[in-house]
Amino acid sequence: MNWEIIIKWLPRLLEGAVLTLELLAIAVIAGLILALPMGIARASRNLYIRALPYGYIFFFRGTPLLVQLFLIYYGLAQFEAVRKSALWPYLRDPYWCAAITMTLHTAAYIAEILRGAIQAVPAGEVEAARSLGMSRAQSLVHIILPRAARIGLPAYSNEVILMLKASALASTITLLDLTGMARTIIARTYMPVEIFFAAGMIYLVITFVLVGVFRLIEKWLRVDATYNSR
Amino acid sequence: MMFDLYGFGPALVAGTLMTIKLALCALALGLVLGLLGALAKTSPYPPLRWIGNVYSTLVRGIPELLWVLLIYFGSVNLMRALGEALGMNLELGPFAAGVIALGICFGAYATEVFRGAILAIPKGHREAGMALGLSRGRILWRLVLPQMWRVALPGLGNLFMIMMKDTALVSVIGLEEIMRRSQIAVTSSKEPFTFYLVAALIYLSLTSVAMVGLYFLEKRASRGIRRA
Repeated sequence: MNWEIIIKWLPRLLEGAVLTLELLAIAVIAGLILALPMGIARASRNLYIRALPYGYIFFFRGTPLLVQLFLIYYGLAQFEAVRKSALWPYLRDPYWCAAITMTLHTAAYIAEILRGAIQAVPAGEVEAARSLGMSRAQSLVHIILPRAARIGLPAYSNEVILMLKASALASTITLLDLTGMARTIIARTYMPVEIFFAAGMIYLVITFVLVGVFRLIEKWLRVDATYNSR
Repeated sequence: MMFDLYGFGPALVAGTLMTIKLALCALALGLVLGLLGALAKTSPYPPLRWIGNVYSTLVRGIPELLWVLLIYFGSVNLMRALGEALGMNLELGPFAAGVIALGICFGAYATEVFRGAILAIPKGHREAGMALGLSRGRILWRLVLPQMWRVALPGLGNLFMIMMKDTALVSVIGLEEIMRRSQIAVTSSKEPFTFYLVAALIYLSLTSVAMVGLYFLEKRASRGIRRA
């Protein structure tokens, strides 16, 4: 193992890690916002409302992220209308394409997590809220969602870690994220083992930090209390 | 036909077969690794437990794409050294590298699934085996493994579905599976959306078939089990 090479290129790798974290942050935050209405609709008792987001979730969970990325980055250019639209400056930029695809992809998974969490809220608590005279919307905002957030948080933190690893795919559309940067450096130095090892260790460190952060959030939201009170 | 495939239909079919082959080979390797990992993690010997922990933590914390690239490009020097020692011309092709990378990743997640399943078997069953004078290997083979499958199957099915989608990553190192074939078709037809959409639909049907297959496997595995 050639440590000098690793130390020499570490600053560039960390530069890539910043881009990775940027993409990750956009995807999991925008994805959560997009997933909220879908998850609520999926947990609806009305068949038509429930079926609406199903197709979206089925498509995004059933196909590889790489296909979705290529569909948006390379595929959209096939249409004249897209190339003439006001959004074209964004849709030809690999950065925004990666951010959009990752957001759409993770939203499908988060919606399913939300659905599971909403359905796991004890029926008695929802009934209690309704019997106190809360409207459906009020009980959703004040009782069901805060409760579902705590139930779904561990699954959401898993999804964030999965998206961190999925963000490596951004390197396939020329972005210099951590993996992309590693590939560029290897093309120059021809030291695949050392550089990929270093990149892998950076991913590991990010994973550990994220796991720690979510553990703190769980403590702060008192996620454990929701389980003890049953 | 819904799409004009410019005569690339047969190529896409060949790519689909390659994807299936890759997924099944990686599944076989991953199951073996997962089982070994779980046995190591539940072993009474601390060094084995340590190895199991390092394996599942290390692999699960690093992106699958990085494993594919690391094994394909990183193995060149190793294989050359090994080839020189054996006097042969050794090389790890994209298929072998893909199987190893996906197998390692599947195995790390399967380790956790198998571990949970092993722990789900009542302690009394193992003790009954010991009371009957069965050796440790026989207890594992005749008592633990057959009962474990039923518990592990749903988790393994999910992992297989995830892995089937991860096979697309192997196109990055040039294996001619669905994605690579679509890329080639796009280069000459200049219709990226059409071909990537067809690829997406192929993956959708593959995962759907796997889902149905899994349903029947689970049904068969839990025959004779009363549902509460």
